[in-house]
Amino acid sequence: MDLVIRFLVGGLVVSFFSMIGGALKPKSFAGLFAAAPSVALATISLTVLKKGTEYAAIEAQSMIIGAIAFLIYACLVSRALFRWNLPVLPTTSIGLVAWIGLALALRLSI
Amino acid sequence: MLVKFELASVRETKWNEYATRFIFGGVVTLLAGLIADQFGPGIGGLFLAFPAIFPASASLIQKHKREKKERAGFDGTKRGRLAAGIDAAGATIGCLGLAAFAATAWKMLPRYPLWLVLIFATLAWAGLAFTVWFARKRARARS
Repeated sequence: MDLVIRFLVGGLVVSFFSMIGGALKPKSFAGLFAAAPSVALATISLTVLKKGTEYAAIEAQSMIIGAIAFLIYACLVSRALFRWNLPVLPTTSIGLVAWIGLALALRLSI
Repeated sequence: MLVKFELASVRETKWNEYATRFIFGGVVTLLAGLIADQFGPGIGGLFLAFPAIFPASASLIQKHKREKKERAGFDGTKRGRLAAGIDAAGATIGCLGLAAFAATAWKMLPRYPLWLVLIFATLAWAGLAFTVWFARKRARARS
């Protein structure tokens, strides 16, 4: 039941921010919503209820590193799409593997 | 006006595109919890900033832009790719806000009620991201 609630809450919050971003112009401003804290908003509430505030605070601390990795990911994807004739979905999807590697490397080195 | 909210864009989006975002969002939230259970909050927390929805959103932006150009009789391939690139550039600024959200939540969670933490953290995200975006826009207009 916990997993179903997690899935539904996550889906709803992400869809909400995505819908707002989709309706905004210019696209560079809409892009701010591509990095909205949607997963965090859904997860932190459920984590606090289940495991307490100390546990959620450690997750939030790690999230700073995840956000830095996201910043580098978005910067690289943006440059790549401007400079080269690359397909969007494969480029952004392959970049996710780089995000995982980068986030883990930063987390383990700090 | 500098920023516009267009309801027509919401109506233009098909139900299956909303479903894709819903499923991606649900799966990532689910995975973030499972990873934290398995590897601890130090690793699980990283995935609160995982850009999982980003590829789906960027490809939808590209598709909408390309279709719009094609309806006008042009090849919209390049414009579609550039629109996705602009979205990614905006996301880099959003990431600064995302880090501010995380830092606010980290510092406030042990001391304040959850509802207050979430409000302040969301304001930190929006405040920093919007301020940097407008400052950048103004600086570009001057130069």
